[in-house]
Amino acid sequence: MPELVRVASGQGFWGDWQEAPKLQVRHGPIDYLMLDYLAEITMSILQKQRQKDPSAGYARDFVPLILELAPELIDGGVRVLTNAGGVNPAACREALLDGLSDVPTARPMRIATVHGDGLMDRLDDLLAAGHDLRNMETGEPLSAIRDRVYSANAYIGAEPILEALEGGADIVVTGRSTDTALTYAALAHEFGWAKDDWNKLGAGVAAGHINECGAQATGGNTLFDWRGVDLIAPGYPIIEASADGSFVVTKHPDLGGRVTWATVTEQLVYEMGDPEDYITPDCVADFSTIRLADLGNDRVRVHGVRGAPRTDQLKVSIAYHAGWKATGTLVYAWPEAIDKARRADEILRGRLAALDLEFDEIRTEIVGAGACLGRAPAAPADLPEVELRVGVRSPDRGAVERFTREIAPLILAGPPSVTGFAGGRPRVQEVMAYWPALIDREVVESELRVDVREAS
Amino acid sequence: MNATLRDVAFARSGDKGDTANIGVIALTEAVYPYLIEQITSDTVKQYFAAVCHGRVERFELPNLFALNFLLHESLGGGGTVSLMLDAQGKTFAAGILGLEIDVPESVLEECRRVTAGEIPGRASGAAGD
Repeated sequence: MPELVRVASGQGFWGDWQEAPKLQVRHGPIDYLMLDYLAEITMSILQKQRQKDPSAGYARDFVPLILELAPELIDGGVRVLTNAGGVNPAACREALLDGLSDVPTARPMRIATVHGDGLMDRLDDLLAAGHDLRNMETGEPLSAIRDRVYSANAYIGAEPILEALEGGADIVVTGRSTDTALTYAALAHEFGWAKDDWNKLGAGVAAGHINECGAQATGGNTLFDWRGVDLIAPGYPIIEASADGSFVVTKHPDLGGRVTWATVTEQLVYEMGDPEDYITPDCVADFSTIRLADLGNDRVRVHGVRGAPRTDQLKVSIAYHAGWKATGTLVYAWPEAIDKARRADEILRGRLAALDLEFDEIRTEIVGAGACLGRAPAAPADLPEVELRVGVRSPDRGAVERFTREIAPLILAGPPSVTGFAGGRPRVQEVMAYWPALIDREVVESELRVDVREAS
Repeated sequence: MNATLRDVAFARSGDKGDTANIGVIALTEAVYPYLIEQITSDTVKQYFAAVCHGRVERFELPNLFALNFLLHESLGGGGTVSLMLDAQGKTFAAGILGLEIDVPESVLEECRRVTAGEIPGRASGAAGD
């Protein structure tokens, strides 16, 4: 058993900094590179792409990244764990195998894929078998919106990743694995943690939570001395774990960023719910038990984390069509910029009312005078300029289309000192709503499958 | 009230559906009890009344000298449904730092020294262990 296992974070979402994973591999020794590409909304975007093209539906950026890094990954013994497979891990693997045939590596790379988290094709069978997939927040059964569902995936845990690693995989490509599993699967594999060793798994979840948002744990977004952090080339987090479940959060010393009690605590509380009840497919972690010690030199020790047995159900992420929306903006300048923007909004709303269009919501915000922070200042000053931002949402695409034609007229037939309309007519966007549900674990786990292929 | 939360704490916020979470982190161990005492669910609900249409839950994280708030029904429907500029509540963390708080001068002074980088802050070395 190794004394230490180093799991480096290289990507916190699809669209994150593309240099980060390369720097993680090239600026110091690591054992694993974990790349998280998926958010709730990402799955529905990928599903749409797959509907148009059966060879799409995964995070495409992942493939050129691995083709570039492949020789170094093999030479350095770095294994990659990622959920880049999205709704089509097999297509992701085929693109990798195809590209790798032109990349000389010291030995052939082995790519594993995890299949079975996708429930879209099974949805009607599941409903017929009595799995209601009720909305966790409203209690409504999925049948209410069944015909509008775009994607449905169960959040799966570490077990299939462990199987892939035992099968000798250099790269494990999953679909909707949880973000945290991409880190703790590496630790469970290397240290041989039992699958009911809840405290170690709980610690692994904490490590995964720190890794899953990339630079957010190493000084990105920090409100504590934000001026003092060099973020031009930040080191992303690296977890240096020990067999007992304790670990040190750090980064490569010659890169920017910062790891302190402050940056690690900030990431720990990010998107936190009830800290004692952090539910994952493999255990329930208790984040209230986490203890930190700032060791200096960008090293923070995390220990004492406790976990509890896993639940009988898995969470399902379902995305469904919920209408259309568009947002129009115009900029109004001093003097009385806020009043001008408000008058323009009244005119716009008056014209929309006269057209008798159906909207679920019309929302007006005055950017510059209190559209952020969750509250507006009591008495805003007479500002140099503000942006009027009006959004509408409707089940009727035509109503939203018509709204997009009502912004430009305000330039001539509206209040003075207006500019900022060079972007043209607002774009109509499809609204994808999120439907969280639960499903019995065995319904999903009985269908999970791991496939390992070797590049030629 | 002799200070704002900004003088004695920092924060990070995020989203889960239509619920925003705000984690508030004390700059020093000494100021944490004042956060527990004064930054209550009711205070936060009132402060974010313009966006928060649901309840506010508060959880204590004494090991981390932090409080976690869940602001339900606060993101205009959440996700892509929301028409809000800050549909993910990313700036709520900065927003909460405007709350007013009353703390003893010596406690405030220690926080100032942490902010100025004169002393390292509360979880350094063995603290928090």
